[in-house]
Amino acid sequence: MAERERSLAPPYGGVFVARTTVMDAEDVRRAIWRMAHEIIERNREVSGLVLVALQTGGVWIAEALGRVIGEVSGHDVTIGTLDVAFYRDDIGLRPVLAEAATDMPGELTGSTVVLVDDVLFTGRTIRAALNALGDYGRAKAVQLAVMVDRGHRELPIRPDYVGKNLPTRRDEMVDASPDGVVIGDVVKP
Amino acid sequence: MTGATPAQLEPTPSPSSAPSSSGGSNETDRAPRHFLGVTGSQGGELRDLLRLSDRFGEVNRRPIPKVPALRGKTVVNMFFEDSTRTRLSFDTAARRLSADVVTFSAATSSLNKGESLRDTVETVESLGADAVVVRHSSSGVPWQIASWVKRTSVINAGDGWHEHPTQALLDCYTIARSSPVLAERFGPDSDAFDFEGLKVGIVGDISHSRVARSNVAAMTALGASVTLVGPPTLLPSCLDGWPVEVSNDLDGLIGDLDVCYLLRLQRERTTEALLPTLREYRALYGLSAKRADRLKDGAIVMHPGPANLGVEIDADVTRRPCSVISAQVTNGVSVRMAVLYYFLGSGVDLVN
Repeated sequence: MAERERSLAPPYGGVFVARTTVMDAEDVRRAIWRMAHEIIERNREVSGLVLVALQTGGVWIAEALGRVIGEVSGHDVTIGTLDVAFYRDDIGLRPVLAEAATDMPGELTGSTVVLVDDVLFTGRTIRAALNALGDYGRAKAVQLAVMVDRGHRELPIRPDYVGKNLPTRRDEMVDASPDGVVIGDVVKP
Repeated sequence: MTGATPAQLEPTPSPSSAPSSSGGSNETDRAPRHFLGVTGSQGGELRDLLRLSDRFGEVNRRPIPKVPALRGKTVVNMFFEDSTRTRLSFDTAARRLSADVVTFSAATSSLNKGESLRDTVETVESLGADAVVVRHSSSGVPWQIASWVKRTSVINAGDGWHEHPTQALLDCYTIARSSPVLAERFGPDSDAFDFEGLKVGIVGDISHSRVARSNVAAMTALGASVTLVGPPTLLPSCLDGWPVEVSNDLDGLIGDLDVCYLLRLQRERTTEALLPTLREYRALYGLSAKRADRLKDGAIVMHPGPANLGVEIDADVTRRPCSVISAQVTNGVSVRMAVLYYFLGSGVDLVN
C-alpha cells in the first residue's frame, strides 16, 4: 500500500522488509468502525460531508470509512481522491511520479472535508493537501483522519481521528493496509 | 544532432561528469536535463510523460487551473522563429505551474547589434533561467545550446526541419484520448498508451516537416504503423532507417487509416518549385469534404496548425466531429506542463 512512499524514500528502489505487526486485519477493521462513528458523532450533518482520500495510501481507508458511515447514517458519503504531488515543498528533491489520479467531487465551498491518509508522519503531505483543497473552494471545515500517527511532526498539524498512535524511530517505515499495520525497514535489495 | 546520446530523454552530461565540487544531493549541483528530441526514445519514457500529461489534464479542468509545482523557477521562451500556438502554449503551461515566464523575442534583441547566439544564451543563463524553450529555424540549435549551458534545461520547441518533440507528444496524447479505436480497445481513460496496430497516415510536405520527423519517432515507438503520403518532391530523398511505409496515393489509403494527419504546406520553407500548382496539390493530397467522406468510422483527422484551409484541408472538414484539431491545442498545454515539470521538478529520475 505504501508503495508510493516507499519508492520516494531513500534509498530509492528499496524494498520494504516487515519486522513487527502492530495491528492485524481485525484490529484495522475495528479501528475503521470506531473512526467512522467518531466522524458521525462530530459531524451531525453527514450529507454535507466529503471524504478526501490522499493518493495512494488513503484511498482504501476512505472507501472503508465511507461504507461504514453510509450504513450507519443511511446517507451516502461523497468520496474524492487527491494527489498532492504538485503542491509539495520538496519538488526538485525527489522523483516525479505519474500514477495517482486526482478525482475531486467539484466545488467544496460549504462542505466539511475529512482528509484521509494512511500514515501521518512529518505532516508535510497534509500541508500540501490543505493548499490543494483551497483550489476547490472554501470548505466549512477540514478534519484529518489517519490510520496511524507515528509522530515526528515537522509542522503544527494534528489528526482528529486516529486508528492507532504508534511511537516509531525516524528511519523506520510503517505500512498500513486492510491486512494490518506493520513496522519495518526499507533496505536496498 | 549529436549521435552520442541515442535516448535524448537522458540527462546530458551524466551527473558523474558534471563539474560539481560538493557531494551533496542539492539540486543546484545536478547537471540539467534536456528535452531535445524524441528520435531514439523508448516507448516507456514517452508513456511516463503521457501519463504525467493526464495528471495535468485534470489540473486544467479544475476551476482554478493552477498548481504551485514550479514556484520560483524561471522559464525563458527563446523564439528565434515566428510562432503563435507553441509559444502561447509553453507560456500558459509554465504559468499554470506557477513558474515565472520571460519571453525573449529575437526581433527586438541585441542579436540585431551582432550579439552571437552563444552570448545571448549565456546572458539568459546568467539571469537565472531554469529552463530555456528554444525555437530556431536552423536544425540542431537546441543541441548546440545544450552543450553551452551549465545549469539550465533546454527544451526544444522546434528546430528547422529536424525535431518538434512536444508536438509529437501532444499528438500522441491526443490520439490516445480521442481515437475511438483505442477507446474501444483499452477503455476511454486507459493509461496504456499502446498504439499497436493503429494505422496512421501522415500526409503532405514530409521533407520540410519537423512535426513529421518527431511524430514518426514517437508514434512508432508507441507501436503505430505509420505511412508517409505525399508527392515524390515533398518526400525526403532518403528514408533509410525510418520505420515507415511510403505512398503517393492518398485515395488508395484513406479508407484504411485510423488517423489521418495532415501537415501544413510550408510555403515559407520551400525555396524551389516543388509543386506545379496548389490546385493540383489539393486535388491529389488535400483532405476535401468529398475525400473525408471516405474515412472509415472511428478515424480521426489531425493537423498541427496553422492550417491552409482549402489547400491541405477543407474548412468544412475541420468542423466535423472526426476532427480533433482543437483538442490538439488544448492537450498541448497539459503535455507541455508535463514536460516542464518532468525536466525541472524531478530530483532523481522518474520512477514507476
